[in-house]
Amino acid sequence: MAGFGPLLRKELLEAWRTLRLPIVAVVFLLVGFSSPLLARFTPQILKAVAGNQIPFVLPDPTTADAVDQLAKNLGQFGGLIAILLAMGAVATETERGTAAMILTKPAGRAAFLGAKLVAIGVTLAAGVAVATAGSWFYTLVLFGPLPPSGVAAAAVLQWLVFMAWASITFLASTITRSSLAAAGIGIVGFIGLGIAGALPTVERFVPTGLGRPARALSLGIAGPDPWTPAAATILLVAASVSLAWLAFRRQEL
Amino acid sequence: MTGQHTAPTVPAPSDAPPAISARGLSKRFGRVVAVSGLDLDVPAGTIFGLLGPNGAGKTTTIRILTGLAQPTAGSATVDGIPVGLDQTDLRRRIGYLDQDPRFYSWMRGRELLDLVGRLAGLAGPKLRSRLDEMLERVGLADAADRRIGGYSGGMRQRLGVAQALLGRPSVLFLDEPVSSLDPEGRRDLLELIGSLRGEMTVVLSTHVLADVERVCDRVAILDRGRLVIESGLEDLLTAHARPIYRLSPEPDQASVVDAFLDALRAASWVDSVAVARDGALAITVADPATAGASIVPLLAATGVRVQSLERSRPSLEEVFLALIGPRGADEVDGRGFVRPREVDA
Repeated sequence: MAGFGPLLRKELLEAWRTLRLPIVAVVFLLVGFSSPLLARFTPQILKAVAGNQIPFVLPDPTTADAVDQLAKNLGQFGGLIAILLAMGAVATETERGTAAMILTKPAGRAAFLGAKLVAIGVTLAAGVAVATAGSWFYTLVLFGPLPPSGVAAAAVLQWLVFMAWASITFLASTITRSSLAAAGIGIVGFIGLGIAGALPTVERFVPTGLGRPARALSLGIAGPDPWTPAAATILLVAASVSLAWLAFRRQEL
Repeated sequence: MTGQHTAPTVPAPSDAPPAISARGLSKRFGRVVAVSGLDLDVPAGTIFGLLGPNGAGKTTTIRILTGLAQPTAGSATVDGIPVGLDQTDLRRRIGYLDQDPRFYSWMRGRELLDLVGRLAGLAGPKLRSRLDEMLERVGLADAADRRIGGYSGGMRQRLGVAQALLGRPSVLFLDEPVSSLDPEGRRDLLELIGSLRGEMTVVLSTHVLADVERVCDRVAILDRGRLVIESGLEDLLTAHARPIYRLSPEPDQASVVDAFLDALRAASWVDSVAVARDGALAITVADPATAGASIVPLLAATGVRVQSLERSRPSLEEVFLALIGPRGADEVDGRGFVRPREVDA
């Protein structure tokens, strides 16, 4: 991993200087803030809009609704942001020729890829952290407290899911050397594994299988075992990154 | 060093291990042959010119030697390290400037050099002093804290030279390094390259022959992927260029000049004679020894009064054109580039 440190420094500086990191943080923060608000006020908004035309009584929103709303919003927005962050990671640099400039220096190709993936991970982690903090605070204000340690653990699981989408897209970015193709493949993975995760027999072995354990952790209630889907997700990330490296080390630049 | 064509090869001047050694290096892109069976030894410490028309295989050769491309066949070493795609050891020993250098536009010039210096293992005061030295050396000290995205083409080229030199490489590859520089920048860069003689091995790819004559010790001429010749520059000029006598007769002596021209055309040691508008004669000779002994007596015999007579040093361009030869219409594409060779798969 020769050159990993300087390359990671460069990636993080780039994320900050090109506003990638601040923008991701702001978007995630908005998602975090808005989710409990939506959960709390959606029934009132519906009543105000539809009046007496709703033929059933809307239940009063609960803390669980706030947690579910966050999981839904963050899962969708965050997934797409993970794909956006990873789609050009390698493809853009090979296309522009900057990868060739860096890789005639004493920097290993593994370090080049590793620095990019870690920087994506840091950006997503920052986003998940601010979204979780924002959501936790508004949930506290609007509904009541959630267990901080459980919420933090759920955030880690959510980050792991994002890393899965990012690593699939990252692999595609490396192999196809096209940002658009990488985004397409990332979205196919995102939707495909999401659909597969709806099957009870498959759910434990795909990233979306982390949703129910994360929900239980956030609410501080008993829930399904997070370890199997977490291990499956880590395996998916590791496999994608390994394949990306195997492909990249043979590529001409 | 082995030539692929019939032209003679002058041996390398030193018995020291070569800085670059290539054997049977080939690169094909589908049916197109970019480099074909290249055998090359570049002596350490020389400034080595890689010459050839567009499409000759210069850039592909450099890309293979710098580990950016993989040869289809053959092998090469640079500073004793086998070349390969992910060879960090190789890259510790080389510096590289692309013909169209690309950098991160959001970075500042100093930041880019800082990154390159850290990758080369420099840190702290050593790194800072090396950055200042390189920025000063390439004339970018005042622009060091500006974004690279705002640099002109010439400034990017100079930044490219600085990043290539920063890690004090053993072998420096410069692919068309002066292509986007103004005359002053070109002169400065050629002086800088000249100052590296003996400090490191420099491989300079270009089709600007005047630049090669100015700084290179040795040259290799490539044509459509094949090595035509590799030689010391002086040896090449001596071996391949026929001298030209340039003669300016005094005015108002047309009849004696005509007689002199008739005598020249009849002489076996004359290859051709060109008469310029101002009456100056350019006499290309086939037999330099006989010409040297005969030209002055012939002038005296015909009574031509002379303003000046000089034997011109042959230019590399003449040698280059003689070795590469004129292009037929079928060898040049619509843009004027020489078509690459194609072979059956």
